[in-house]
Amino acid sequence: MTSHIVEIDDLSFGYKNKLLHKGINMVFPRGKVVAIMGGSGSGKTTLLRLIGGQIKPTKGEVRVNGEVVHQQDRNGMFKLRRQMGMLFQHGALFTDLSVFDNVAFPIRELTGLPESMIRDLVLMKLNAVGLRGAHTLMPPELSGGMARRVALARAIALDPSIIMYDEPFAGLDPISMGVICDLIRSLNDALGATSIIVSHDVKETFQIADYVYFVANGEVAAEGSPHDLIQSTLPFVHQFVHGEKDGPVPFHYTAPDYQQELMQRG
Amino acid sequence: MANILSQIIRGLRKVGHRVGDQIWRLGAGARLFFLTLTYSTECFRRPRLIVREMYFTGVMSLIIILVSAFFVGMVLALQGYNTLQKYGSSESIGVLVALALVRELGPVITALLFAGRAGTAMTAEIGLMKATEQLSAMEMMAVNPISRVIAPRFWAGVLSMPLLACLFSMVGVLGGHLVAVAQIGVDVGAFWSQMQANVEFVDVTNMLIKSLVFGVACTMIALFEGYDAPPTAEGVSHATTRTVVISALSVLGLDFILTSFMMV
Repeated sequence: MTSHIVEIDDLSFGYKNKLLHKGINMVFPRGKVVAIMGGSGSGKTTLLRLIGGQIKPTKGEVRVNGEVVHQQDRNGMFKLRRQMGMLFQHGALFTDLSVFDNVAFPIRELTGLPESMIRDLVLMKLNAVGLRGAHTLMPPELSGGMARRVALARAIALDPSIIMYDEPFAGLDPISMGVICDLIRSLNDALGATSIIVSHDVKETFQIADYVYFVANGEVAAEGSPHDLIQSTLPFVHQFVHGEKDGPVPFHYTAPDYQQELMQRG
Repeated sequence: MANILSQIIRGLRKVGHRVGDQIWRLGAGARLFFLTLTYSTECFRRPRLIVREMYFTGVMSLIIILVSAFFVGMVLALQGYNTLQKYGSSESIGVLVALALVRELGPVITALLFAGRAGTAMTAEIGLMKATEQLSAMEMMAVNPISRVIAPRFWAGVLSMPLLACLFSMVGVLGGHLVAVAQIGVDVGAFWSQMQANVEFVDVTNMLIKSLVFGVACTMIALFEGYDAPPTAEGVSHATTRTVVISALSVLGLDFILTSFMMV
């Protein structure tokens, strides 16, 4: 057993003619919270989908527990995914099922456990995210933060060894953000899992991550502990961490000369 | 000259793209159909999944289908009586209503109403499940969305359609009876006995075959359009429209083909 539960090796991926990732290398050690950060459209979520085997890389490979993800057949892929839990950006709760049934869904589908045991497990998972009392509610009755917590309870329903979070803090109020932040760290430690967080929220991510990768222009632009990255003098990292308007990532999208364009007759 | 030529080439390219796109969609639809059949074992092991979907597709479509059938039967009786009395055979009104419903209108109108009511609901639901990442979430949970979401809905649609077509024909005949017997005054005995003598068992089996084929076509079109819809509000809206248009055309086309074979 390698010390890294997920390894990304010389990975390239692109849509049509545009290459999104160009030879990316990353490792995710067991038991750690590792963040992947970068601007919008830098391919962070795509990296999660590559780890989950939802898309195949153009070049290179992703290994989960030493097994190459894209070489798995359907059964092998599902076997790998049973070790993973994923929290989607907007929760992706099944809208026709109650909170209880949402959390029970993976347990019912993938295990042959009796209903009485499923009930106990679901209530335990909901209790862990503080929503045991909301188990009869339907998804439209939940606030954004509550929906995210239910989705988190569902992601950890089968005690996965890898938990992936796609923008877990996006669109949340400060209280919910703090709650989710706390939950990610505490659940990771309690379950002995490895967490992979994709986010662009610097403050919250740095608060809980053990290690951070910065992705820009399809490559790993910087990596290190949050402490190292705060003090980094690399222009991109500095711009990102301090939220500066202009820098290596320009404010303006590439465009022809402003004055010339205004003077042009329609 | 060069300008005209480039415009023609651009036009041809557009047509080529459209044709290529439609061929691709046809292939993708066929692929989804075979995958659905392949992954159907799971939902047959858990018939509760099919029964639940039959409630949404079949039972929830009952009102619109039964009310339409009643009116269609009444109109058939009115129109039929006007023509038949010219030839002095107004007592055959029962046969006319029953044969028109069992042979053609029952399966066809049921399929058209099914596509408009249940088909669009299926497309919108699956399209939204895709847009809100529910299908991706299922895949990431190691649950196959085709066996869990598509297959139960497919079989629910296929099984509901013949039942709905039967009910449509029955209620249509009752509507016809109401107009012919109660309103116009055709003899009730003649109405039923002529019908009994002239509607054959093969008419009923042909109706069941037709509605089964329409069930496969309408449900698969609805499911494919939802599954293939771009994950945006506009994408789902276009997919729902396509479901109605393609289902209606397919039902009418298939009806002609099936009727041609059944008449031989």
